[in-house]
Formats: sequence, C-alpha cells, structure tokens
Amino acid sequence: MPPELALIWKPLAAAVLGGLVCGVVGVWVVLMNIPFVGVAMSHAAFAGAVTGLLVGINPLLTAAAFCLAASLLIGPMAERADIEPNVSLGIIFSVVLGFAFLAIGLMRGPRAEALNLIWGSILLVSARDLALMAAATGVVLLFLGSFYKELQAVLYNRETARAVGIPERALFLAMLVLCGLSVAAELSNIDGLLIFSLIVNPPSAAYQLTYRLKTMYLLSALFGVLSCLVGLFVSWLTDAPAGAVIIITSSAVFGLALLLSPKRRAAAMGRVARSEGRGSEAHE
Amino acid sequence: MALRDVTLDIGRGDFCGVIGPNGAGKTTLLTIINGLGRIISGKVSVLGEPATGASFTRLRRRIGYVAQQERADPRAPISCLEAVLVGRCGRAGLLRRLKREDHEQARAMMELTRTSHLAARPVGQLSGGEARKVALARALVQEPEILLLDEPTSNLDPRAVRELGDLVVAAFHRFKLTVLMVTHQLDHLPPVANRIIMVKNGRVTYSGDRAALADARLIADLFADAA
Repeated sequence: MPPELALIWKPLAAAVLGGLVCGVVGVWVVLMNIPFVGVAMSHAAFAGAVTGLLVGINPLLTAAAFCLAASLLIGPMAERADIEPNVSLGIIFSVVLGFAFLAIGLMRGPRAEALNLIWGSILLVSARDLALMAAATGVVLLFLGSFYKELQAVLYNRETARAVGIPERALFLAMLVLCGLSVAAELSNIDGLLIFSLIVNPPSAAYQLTYRLKTMYLLSALFGVLSCLVGLFVSWLTDAPAGAVIIITSSAVFGLALLLSPKRRAAAMGRVARSEGRGSEAHE
Repeated sequence: MALRDVTLDIGRGDFCGVIGPNGAGKTTLLTIINGLGRIISGKVSVLGEPATGASFTRLRRRIGYVAQQERADPRAPISCLEAVLVGRCGRAGLLRRLKREDHEQARAMMELTRTSHLAARPVGQLSGGEARKVALARALVQEPEILLLDEPTSNLDPRAVRELGDLVVAAFHRFKLTVLMVTHQLDHLPPVANRIIMVKNGRVTYSGDRAALADARLIADLFADAA
C-alpha cells in the first residue's frame, strides 16, 4: 500500500462510517423530536471516557457504559415520572456534565488526553476505533433492516404503534441505546461536544427534501457521509480542525436544503391561503 | 381522569356509545380496555382473556383503536397508505416483512373508508375528516374483533359526522364487531348503537339500553356542573 494511502484510508473509512451511522440514528432523533438526545449522549460518552481515564479503564468502554446507562434511564424516567423525553434528557445531561467536570477536576497531571476527547480527531483514528465504529454501524443497520416496519410505526406515532400491538417501549429504548452506542463509537473521531450536530443536521436537511421515509434515511446517510468527507478534505487542505469543519459543512448542507425545500414553499403557500381564507366560513 | 368503582360487562356484538362531559374518564375507559391506560386495582377481561401487562401486546392486535388526536406533522415522511399499513405490523409479527396480502388488505380498507385517493398523500396533510377516515382504515386493517373510537366526530361538520357514522356502521355489520364509541353528543351516535354508558367524574352513572334514555333528565344531569 502506498504510504499516502496508508495514511488516509483510516480517516476516510471513519468519515464514511461516522456519517452513515449518525445519518441513520439522526432520522430517529429528528422524527421523534428529541434532538437533545445527541447533546445528552455526547456528554454521557465524554463523562464516561474521562471517568475511564481517571480510574485507568479503556475510555471507550466506559464511554459506551455511560451512554448505555443514560439511554436506559431516559425512557423509563420519562414514563414513570410522566414527563417529556426532552426534560428527562435535560436532567441526564446535567448529571453527566457534573460527572465529567468532577472526573476532570480529580485528574492529576496533564489533562490533554481528556481534552482530546472533547475535540477528537478523525485524522488520528486508530484501527481499533475503526473496528468499533464498523461494529456500531453494523448493529444500527442490522436493527434498522430487521425492524424497519416497526420503527416506521414508532416514528409515525408512538401511541398508535403501541395500540396495534407493537412492543413500542422496547423499540424506543433500543433506539436510544443505539444512539448512545453510536455517539460513544464516534467520540474519539469527531468532537465529543459537537457530535450532536452530525446527528441533527443531515436528517434535518433530508427532512426538508422528501415525504418518503426510505428516501429520508438514504439522503440523511448521504449528507452525513458527504459532510464528513468534505470536512476531512478541507481539513487536510487547510490544516483546520476536522471536527469543526465537518459540523460547519453539515450545517451548510442543512441551510441549502432549507433554501431548496419544497415543503417550506408548500408551508408558506398554505400560510398565505389560510390568511386569505381567514374570516370566511371554516370547512373541513 | 382515574375511573373508580366501575363494573361493566360488554357483550360481543354490542355497539356501545360512551358519553359524558370533558374530563369525565371516557378516554380512560377505552384505554383500560386496550391496555394503554394503567390499571391500579381491579380486573379487566378482554375477549375472554384476563388482560394483564404481558397479554395486552397480543390482545391489542385484536382491538382496533382510533385515538382522539392522531394528527401527524404536515411534513412527516409517512404516506396515508403507510399509516394504514401500521395496522398490519402487530399482526405480521416482529422480524417479518409485510406481504402482498397485507398491502391488498390495506387498499381494501382504504376503499371501504373512501380514502383510496389519499393513499400517496403525506398523512400529516389531511383535513380532520380525512384523518379520522384514514385512522379508521388503519384500525380496520387489523381485522379487529373490538373497535374503540375516541371522539371520532369531534370538530367535524354535520355532513362529515354522518359520513363517518355510516362508515362505522358499515364496518360494524360487515365485520361483526363490538364497538365502543366515545362522544359528547348523543345524536352523533348512529341509531344502531343499542347501549349507552354514561361517565361522569370517573364513575359510570348509567349503563343500559338506549331506549331508556328517553328521559331527558338523565342527559341534563350528566352535563350539569360539568367542569
């Protein structure tokens, strides 16, 4: 293998896997209207990783464990306490943030490794990180392929899904767990504190462009991969931090999708029609 | 609203109208039957089976449910046909793809509810009346034995109320269903509704023959002091 290729294949593979998995789990996050899950999970992963560094355990393992614990708490907490999932996400977020700062505060000596977890670097991805990302992507895609029709029902309406006899709670929990594991797998490659943008921006862009769920999955994954590849390329050209460029690219993709969105135009036309019809007799 | 001291026996093939003021516990009554509501104490038996947490997932496949609010985001990437097919997901079981017969059944129920022309339309872009009909098609595609309808006629104009009532009655006869239909207004119940259950402040205040409701005071009492 030429030395240039040996240097670049791992970041390229990480970009494709990361964009793909974030694009897919992001569809669930956006359609269930729980964008805060990305923030809470990335901070849970960060708290887990720094705790791992503090106690001398592989940070990736502790990051995954914290994400798993956070996702297992969010769903039941929302249901038992009868609160919105976004509120339980906010509470989990504050708890894991406290843990993260506590662990950093208790660290002795240089904290560079912990700070690397905040900023991450796709250019320095290791073979082990890549294997973890491939495993996370494989599990997410297998889950999506196996339960596609049930997931579609849950994304349409959770109560309806439960009413027709789908184990909606178990599936919702599984979706949260997979979101958490995907974030944990990405932590060392894309900025830990910014990864939620990659979970929210590509599916939000796809959402603007299609009324079909399958197309939304495909576009979201495509935008995720594209954002990562463009970010990687620009970073390689300009020496800018790759994670930051990836996030800016994915945000630009969303802005472009919003400009071209047929849904936005349809909604605007609907608003005009409603305002013109105001005062006249209401019809079903 | 919690229900208290409720003892009800609903027979197969009954068409029950459940009426009462806002917050009386009508929706709770429906959700107790399909397990979406929580039972704190007491026993519920559905389709001859004791209904518990574990058995509800299976029982729900035999119970069609049209919720009070099933409006989706206007931009949601789900078509009406896909929303109707959701009704087949429980029956098909996990890890099994929907088959051609599932799609045929969905199209047949959309035809029955006169919503075939909406099949490709995003489900969030329906009027109130269209949304109820699509939800009815989704409930019927389950091939249910019990049909639970939670205020299906609220906020509909008189013509839409009549249309929906006709569709429910047609399905009731064709599929030999047991129907529980929640409404505020007695005149929204089709004539075929032979039994009335009145609910007020979490208690059943009347359960019996519709003909016995000729005494208007019962209705007046039901809505008196309503919150």
